[in-house]
Amino acid sequence: MSSPAPLIATPKGTVAALKKALGKDLLAIEEAHGEIACHVKTDKLVGVMMQLRDTCDYQQLMEIAGVDWPDRDPRFEVVYCLLSLTKNHRIRVHVTTNEDVPVPSVTEIWPVAGWLEREVFDMYGVTFAGNDDLRRILTDYGFVGHPQRKDFPLTGYVELRYSEEEKRVKYEAVELAQDFRSFDFMSPWEGADYVLPGDEKGVSK
Amino acid sequence: MSLQKDLAPTTGDEVIQNYTINFGPQHPAAHGVLRLVMELDGEIIERLDPHIGLLHRGTEKLIEHKTYLQALPYFDRLDYASPLAMEHSYVLAIEKLLNLEVPLRAQYLRVLFAEMTRISNHLLNLAHHALDVGAMTPGLWLYEAREDCMTFFERASGARMHTAWFRPGGVHQDVPLKLLTDIGDWLDDRLPRLFEDGMALVVDNRIFKQRNVDIAFVSKEDAIKWGFSGPMIRGAGIPWDIRKSQPYDVYAKMEFDVPVGTRGDCYDRFMVRVEEVRQSIRIMKQCLAQMPEGPVCSDDRKIVPPKRAEMKASMEALIHHFKLYTEGFHVPEGAVYVATESPKGEFGVYLVSDGSNKPYRCKIRPTAFSHLQAMDFMSKGHMLADTTAIIGALDIVFGECDR
Repeated sequence: MSSPAPLIATPKGTVAALKKALGKDLLAIEEAHGEIACHVKTDKLVGVMMQLRDTCDYQQLMEIAGVDWPDRDPRFEVVYCLLSLTKNHRIRVHVTTNEDVPVPSVTEIWPVAGWLEREVFDMYGVTFAGNDDLRRILTDYGFVGHPQRKDFPLTGYVELRYSEEEKRVKYEAVELAQDFRSFDFMSPWEGADYVLPGDEKGVSK
Repeated sequence: MSLQKDLAPTTGDEVIQNYTINFGPQHPAAHGVLRLVMELDGEIIERLDPHIGLLHRGTEKLIEHKTYLQALPYFDRLDYASPLAMEHSYVLAIEKLLNLEVPLRAQYLRVLFAEMTRISNHLLNLAHHALDVGAMTPGLWLYEAREDCMTFFERASGARMHTAWFRPGGVHQDVPLKLLTDIGDWLDDRLPRLFEDGMALVVDNRIFKQRNVDIAFVSKEDAIKWGFSGPMIRGAGIPWDIRKSQPYDVYAKMEFDVPVGTRGDCYDRFMVRVEEVRQSIRIMKQCLAQMPEGPVCSDDRKIVPPKRAEMKASMEALIHHFKLYTEGFHVPEGAVYVATESPKGEFGVYLVSDGSNKPYRCKIRPTAFSHLQAMDFMSKGHMLADTTAIIGALDIVFGECDR
């Protein structure tokens, strides 16, 4: 490793120990960029987390991140970042789910998960079974939709302004002065997989 | 007499109900746009529900629509009290995915300015914590020193706050020698003088102690369960510092001590920050003494744009410049979670790349999120007036909490 990123030395045998501790609940384990990621069965998450906390010494849950992969089935990935204060090591636990399947909540194991799960719910619409306070957290009161989903437009659907006539704040549908344009600037020589404007003929051949 | 008795609701067998008050979202002691819904029994807090998100700007969504370099300035705008520490996690995450080497001088410069950020952040927090519990004067001293930090940021990067100075591969521009010598003089004389003067007013002050000692006690177990980090976990007595345990840049070469609290109350968290300022001064002095000459950015032309002077002479540099400022660089597929010790605690970036020129997902782990969540159990049973001391000791900034 030559990059100056935080040094996380994985002790020898960690992968084997994780495999042994998680057993059949572990779907895959990968080590890349010096980080270990465990893919586990969604319905077995609570048991897995108990194992990781109590026998593998990952005492702290630092973060829960949602990722949206619209092309995959199931669509959403929920990533738990765990930290061991005693072993000085980090791992990630990945589970997958879709809109209808709730992920078991880990609030019983780590109370900090309460807000972290609320955020994933707010941003992606992933539900957590067992989290009894699953309100929206970052978006506005009365917000509709889940903004971090890839199919949610960057501009959103509503905008608000202060109406001088009505003397109050008003919500209105977003009106763009020009169409939203997103340039990706991908080099056409290096695998841009869209049709260049004006080049449609060349593709149809 | 009888009239008075009838009016007072607390007498007799009547059951008085708890009442709920709303604190914020515009309140000078809330350190930003924080709304607290508090259920009170008299003046005792029974339940506290923080409502956040009033400063939510969709940073993570915006980052997904920008190239890696364009996304960098968003990080300054997260925790605007410690902008360079925010950039630090992000550039390290990109470098980890690219496996990019960074010249030694750049690493020293980053550590030097990250520590200056820590000082300026702590000066702000200590001043406001003292102000919130009634001590106004220390702020006057500490703001002087904070203003000096701002001037140094400006001299290095051209901007006082939103510097965008750390870049993937190093730092944007080298600093002049005079700036380094000025920082050295400032560390030797002016900063300790202002800081120790300001602190002498509060650390042994009877009123200050009455407002902070034994307020919002957090045990080691609670600190771990609630995902605490930074001064909050150290205040609870756990010697955990990412700079020490998972060193990045040149922190492995630095000698410094990690202060820990003994009781886990607001006063301990305050004192941990006081000592951290002194340790940061130590680290900065070592950086200045050890810093080598050399380049301040990686010379990988596929990632770091060339300097303008080079473009005047070289066609290839011109092409690189154009490509890097339009298409940007591509980051190989993968995912990393990189956490650094920001002044407020563990600031992490979970960066997912799909191999294109834009981050597929950039999840920011704010420090304030877990700390603020724990406020409910920390303030239970305390007086309403203690809320300000507790918020002060949490050290929250809403740009970062709400993203």
